[in-house]
Amino acid sequence: MIQLENVTKTYPKASRPSLDEVSVGIEKGEFVFFIGPSGSGKSTIIKLLLHEVAPTQGRVEVNGKDVTSIRSWKIPHFRRSIGCVFQDFRLLPNRTAYENVAFALEVIGKTKAVSRRVVPEVLELVGLGGKEHRYPHELSGGEQQRVAVARAFVNRPLILLADEPTGNLDPDTSIEIMRLLDRINRTGTTVVMVTHDSNIVNQMRRRVIEIESGRIVRDQARGVYG
Amino acid sequence: MRLKYVLNEVLVGLWRNVTMTVAMIITLSVSLTMLGASVLLYLQVDQMKSFYYGEIEVSIFLRPDVSAAQRQAIDSAISANPLVKERTYETREEALKRFQELWKDSPEFVASVGPNSLPESFRVKLKNPETYKTFTDQMTGMQGIQDIIDQRALLDKVFNIFNAIQVGALVVAGVMALAALLLVGNTIQVAAYSKRREVAVMKLVGASNWFIQAPFVLEAVVAGLIGAVLGFIALFVSKVVLLDNKLQALTTILTPIENGNVWLMLPLLAAVGAAVSAVTAWVTLRFYLKV
Repeated sequence: MIQLENVTKTYPKASRPSLDEVSVGIEKGEFVFFIGPSGSGKSTIIKLLLHEVAPTQGRVEVNGKDVTSIRSWKIPHFRRSIGCVFQDFRLLPNRTAYENVAFALEVIGKTKAVSRRVVPEVLELVGLGGKEHRYPHELSGGEQQRVAVARAFVNRPLILLADEPTGNLDPDTSIEIMRLLDRINRTGTTVVMVTHDSNIVNQMRRRVIEIESGRIVRDQARGVYG
Repeated sequence: MRLKYVLNEVLVGLWRNVTMTVAMIITLSVSLTMLGASVLLYLQVDQMKSFYYGEIEVSIFLRPDVSAAQRQAIDSAISANPLVKERTYETREEALKRFQELWKDSPEFVASVGPNSLPESFRVKLKNPETYKTFTDQMTGMQGIQDIIDQRALLDKVFNIFNAIQVGALVVAGVMALAALLLVGNTIQVAAYSKRREVAVMKLVGASNWFIQAPFVLEAVVAGLIGAVLGFIALFVSKVVLLDNKLQALTTILTPIENGNVWLMLPLLAAVGAAVSAVTAWVTLRFYLKV
């Protein structure tokens, strides 16, 4: 599903590479944590998978496609098979929960009829039934992140990328979000999560890949934070 | 839904920043007016050239002591020249008669000119008036010719003035166009900034590039079209007010500007205004949105 082969990424003007000869494979349906200190290169992996940045060297394969060979005008289409959740939620403040999710559908060409059918369903799934018409500022942090998860999942992506999704949430709320991601993972969606929340990693007991200074120092099938 | 969404975004976008929109439209319309005026002038000069040059003659004046053989030689040289359309020969008597006709209001002047003071001449019309230089070069040096005079030289001075006006209008159009382009670029930047969250989400979920860019580009195109219509109205009004009324005296020299030509400016200005705004917006977005 995801394949990194000898991937090196050096940002312009950086003294050392963010990722240094990293090779890793992730199977369909896996749940993987990338952990490591700030600046270790975890987030660069997310950017590479989304093709927001291109690798300096090496090969990045997502859904059986070599990402670097995708023509730039086809990248939007490629991204439709990947859902994304971030630490800062990235919701549109002037739209309700329903509209935020519907927006994501409609800008990729789905009709209003489709979103009327699909959006309530997915909001129900993330546990926001009854709060469809609240604005982000009327929702708690955990609820906002649920909206973001609903938006990422509404298109039924093959992969869900989560970049420190619990970074702004208290421990209890974080665990609820993790339960949600776990449930999404059980539908067959591959989940890749970048975090440095040791509690969560230790509770979930999933595959843990630890990165330090751009290199993989540990890859454990049912790991803990370390 | 998508079309409705895009159109709605365009209207909201234009209204959100209405002072900038107005500034953009005004500079666009002034620039397009100048462009239109310059194109009209160009068409006009072209039309005047073909009108006046059709009437132009090259006069070959013969020396008073020209011999019959020399005259014969000149005549056949003219007739054989492929550049020549037609030629007429004017004797001294005919020249005098024409002179008397031309100056009949001042009889003393006419009386002072004797029957032999005016030279005999060939009046030559060329197939293409532009070739007069070649023709003159071919004829000079023949025995018996006193002087070759081309009326074109005089007209060229008039046309040079028109050309200068036309270049001036183009320069103004260019400078205003630059200002308009910067304003379009700036407006689009502001629009893109105010919608940066939406754009970020759209990129994230994989909205196609055209869908992200279309509202911004169309916003610029609508402004360009409004500017073009205003510019066209300005052109039409100034044509009616200036040429048809105030400066009507000029129209005895100028061949009249056809309304058809003025109408032609509408699609021209609209196309230029829309295309230039669209390209500017698109280029701005490429730098600014990095889609």
